[in-house]
Amino acid sequence: MKVLVCVKRVVDANVKISVKADGSGVERANLKMAMNPFDEIAVEEAVRLQESGKADETLVVSLGDKGCQETLRTALAMGIDRAILVESDTELQPLAVAKMLAAVVRREQPDLVILGKQAIDDDNNQTGQMLAALLGWGQGTFASQVTLSKNQLEVIREIDGGLETLALPLPAVVTADLRLNEPRYVKLPNIMKAKKKRLDVTCPDALGVDIQPRLEILKVEEPPVRSGGVKVADVAELVDKLRNEARVI
Amino acid sequence: MERESMEFDVVIVGGGPAGLAAAIRLRQLAQEQQRELSVCLLEKGSEIGAHILSGAIFETRALDELLPDWQTLGAPLDTPVSEDRVVLFTGPESALPMPGLLTPRSMHNRGNYVVSLGSLCRWLGERAEEAGVDIFAGYPAAELLISADGRVEGVVTGDMGRARNGEEKATFEPGIELRGRYTLFAEGCRGHLGKQLIERFSLNQDCDPQHYGLGIKELWQVESDKHRPGAVLHGAGWPLSEGGASGGSFLYHAAEGQVVLGLIVDLNYANPHLAPFEEFQRFKQHPQIRQVLEGGKRLSYGARAITKGGLNALPRQHFPGGLLLGCDAGTLNFAKIKGAHTAMKSGMIGAETVFNALTGDEPQDRNLTGYADAFRDSWLYDELYRSRNFGPALHRFGLMGGGTFNFIEQNLLRGRLPLTLHDTTADHESLKPADQCPKISYPKPDGILSFDRLSSVFISNTGHEEDQPCHLILRDPQRAIEVNLTRYDAPEQRYCPAGVYEIVQEGGTGEPRLQINAANCLHCKTCDIKDPSQNIVWHTPEGGGGPNYPNM
Amino acid sequence: MGVLIIAEHHNGQLAGATRNTVSAGVQLGEVSVLVAGEGCRGVADEVAALEGVTRVLLCDAGAYAEGLAEPLADLIVAIAKDHTHLLAPATTFGKNLMPRVAALLDVAQLSEVIEVVDADTFKRPIYAGNAIATVRSRDTRKVLTVRATAFEAAVAGSGTAPVEVVEAIADPGLSRFVSRALTESDRPELTAARVVISGGRGVGSKENFTLVEQLADKLNGAVGASRAAVDAGFVPNDYQVGQTGKIVAPELYVAVGISGAIQHLAGMKDSKVIVAINKDEDAPIFEVADYGLVADLFEVMPILIASLE
Repeated sequence: MKVLVCVKRVVDANVKISVKADGSGVERANLKMAMNPFDEIAVEEAVRLQESGKADETLVVSLGDKGCQETLRTALAMGIDRAILVESDTELQPLAVAKMLAAVVRREQPDLVILGKQAIDDDNNQTGQMLAALLGWGQGTFASQVTLSKNQLEVIREIDGGLETLALPLPAVVTADLRLNEPRYVKLPNIMKAKKKRLDVTCPDALGVDIQPRLEILKVEEPPVRSGGVKVADVAELVDKLRNEARVI
Repeated sequence: MERESMEFDVVIVGGGPAGLAAAIRLRQLAQEQQRELSVCLLEKGSEIGAHILSGAIFETRALDELLPDWQTLGAPLDTPVSEDRVVLFTGPESALPMPGLLTPRSMHNRGNYVVSLGSLCRWLGERAEEAGVDIFAGYPAAELLISADGRVEGVVTGDMGRARNGEEKATFEPGIELRGRYTLFAEGCRGHLGKQLIERFSLNQDCDPQHYGLGIKELWQVESDKHRPGAVLHGAGWPLSEGGASGGSFLYHAAEGQVVLGLIVDLNYANPHLAPFEEFQRFKQHPQIRQVLEGGKRLSYGARAITKGGLNALPRQHFPGGLLLGCDAGTLNFAKIKGAHTAMKSGMIGAETVFNALTGDEPQDRNLTGYADAFRDSWLYDELYRSRNFGPALHRFGLMGGGTFNFIEQNLLRGRLPLTLHDTTADHESLKPADQCPKISYPKPDGILSFDRLSSVFISNTGHEEDQPCHLILRDPQRAIEVNLTRYDAPEQRYCPAGVYEIVQEGGTGEPRLQINAANCLHCKTCDIKDPSQNIVWHTPEGGGGPNYPNM
Repeated sequence: MGVLIIAEHHNGQLAGATRNTVSAGVQLGEVSVLVAGEGCRGVADEVAALEGVTRVLLCDAGAYAEGLAEPLADLIVAIAKDHTHLLAPATTFGKNLMPRVAALLDVAQLSEVIEVVDADTFKRPIYAGNAIATVRSRDTRKVLTVRATAFEAAVAGSGTAPVEVVEAIADPGLSRFVSRALTESDRPELTAARVVISGGRGVGSKENFTLVEQLADKLNGAVGASRAAVDAGFVPNDYQVGQTGKIVAPELYVAVGISGAIQHLAGMKDSKVIVAINKDEDAPIFEVADYGLVADLFEVMPILIASLE
């Protein structure tokens, strides 16, 4: 059984982004980059499947600029066997990413694809579902538990207000939610080992995918600043305002 | 505990200018002479540059030697100094310009560059990796590895995945031993291993106590009509003069509409009510500063202690098995207010010494005494020698007297005065009891130019795993209340630029208690330096924790 | 042509977020609503009564009973050609479904839309709400998920839209529903609660935190805390709201004895209504609070709790 994981390189979760003064986007120069936290969980899940003997091969894919190699090396240091970078300096949107992943999947023939449920930069939460659609596979999104038995996957999903369990025939796509696992710390010797693992580089053209953006970002701005409201004199006034003005109680 | 172990010819601790220059130089020598030489470099920040904070004006002398074609290699030195002013701030609204002629020669900056030292280190890190250095970012060197016969033989990286109470979590990974034939320590000012080495090998027995400053810095985007790339302003006097403290201020126009500014507060101040952070907020209200910032936006904030004792306070840098380099030892040239080029040079001399030892005659006990000779023969020693009296003169004679002394010595005698001034009181000994000092009341932040600590820490991108043991250790927890609070009104509440320390009243009993918000820590090391009874010990937190400075 | 909204419903109950999605849809054109499920005629009738709905498409079949994305997406694609915009609420239901629909239609998808600028242009938050992007779609058909709190809920009107029955199509059989377990706790989950009551260091002790809990119970809210309260050991770690804790955006957020450092605000500033109770009138929390009460929390909390009897 072969597992493919997808990872995105994003601005580190600790970094506060700032909007460019000209509204053209978010300032990204010199910012610390890291593997998208949900993707880290996806990587961890794949490695655990291999360590428990359920998977015998793991593969990681990233799409983006040359810097993604570093992110892929991190996945390799966590225990993934091999990596593919689809190198592109142009902005990649979820549909294009899903199409390229589908092309890689057709070539690599994995039984299971695991992705993070969403990237913390564009907050789209789309790629896994799109990939499943393009492949005609079932999808187990927002997974908090994945149980693999012969040719079938049982996924516990985080849904609004609770949990839902689905059974999916393989091959299938799973997207990882926060509680699926806690990713490991990378051990130093594994960083050295990861440097020797295979990392292939390809490009969108080689995959035959049109990556022309479908969405045009016209403007990026800071969210409106919240301003203070009124001071109330006492509890009675507060309750009155909440009941009759804000209507939230 | 059984730990995994990895071996290298040279282990370097710290990815700043000194460590990176040493790493690059070692690999250059190995390549030139076609020798196998394994070099690894540990950086506690999440990446190279994440913990680097400096002014900075950069003098290229060391870089010219290390990577002569730095321009074609794309070094981020884009903004030559175009305008060089020194100002004496005489009050909240007033200032006297200091004519160029009277400015100490060491403070002339034509030919230098306004840089982000963080960006420069990132670039040096790339060069180091290209040269074959194994860089491990996010892995702090937590402890020294000492052989049975007392030689340094490497370091142990920090454990990952310990809970607040010290227990191992499910993700626990023990630190590993990194063994090096030689280990170079370049942790920057007040490195926690450097401090242990100085003590263990009595490296400071023949020098004056070290002196420190706390540098607090912000990065601003300013209105384009106020931006003059390369313009440099250095200041002294107000606001620190009001509280009887000394130090200096700076404002540099960098590239792309950005301005950096900061205040360096000498940590030998006496009044425990003084708050360096608040002094910096006041500084920004001076008309000369305000006019630049108004209409702009604050992008980042940070703070870092500075080793500024110079040659007189420079400890011996060699010991069996390794060297202490850059600001970890104290190679900063205070007369120039620059430490990057000197740190790099000390790293390069260190690399050459180590390479000679590895390829020629191994010195006895692996004690790299050759470093001392090479250092003495270098321009680095010459530069530090000429500046040796600069700081002590200011401490002894004050801003005006010391300034005059420095003008005469630096400009007329070129640093060759046949006497050496000493400054023998350590910074932590200089605080007076709180009740003997005037209280200082600082204005509230206006949210436009001045801010509070927590909203400042917020934009330093500081993060620590919260469920880990506190990395700020009190040798004796009682002293925090019995000595620090009772006698000095808990000065750590004020000198910490990140709001890590708070005295809170215990619910119920109302007893005062020191609350340590370790997750806010900027790794500036001021607490380790200034705590009056040296009760606070800074230790490395879990790897990758601390600030994530973009280009500071 | 017009707008198609995918109704979310569970066990014969229309999910509230669908109503807000209708309001977003009305800004884009004539609104049809697809109600797909098993035995969901009642939901269809409920939707038909909503202000702004002109047509209801009802597809009643076992394959759609549990809201599985795979059969639903195929159904939606089959009827999409009649519509310019396809909308669903940005709930776990809508987020699971709509990207699948978009990919099958070979169009992009826009997530968590908070404002309709024009028929092609929308605003949506990125970087966890720290920036707002204005995005224009070049596709002929737009697939959107809509953040419910950004739009008013459509109310039941007088008119009754016609309910048309749509034939089910073949189930692709790519997934099978096993079970669903909705959290049954005395208090709602912090990140999903409609009301959150949080306590800070000002609450003073673990024992005093019962005041916060009592108010939460009165309002059927969840209990949160600032980092200072967690650090002081008043409540466990997973109560923490803020930069390093949970991000919440309830309809009502009550901050009790919380000073309001930016690290805390980062976790709750998108709440619809913020109430602050603090005795320090300079506390930064008042700068973001819609209603501020400067008072000793130990005096006013019991009164507040009692007044909600």
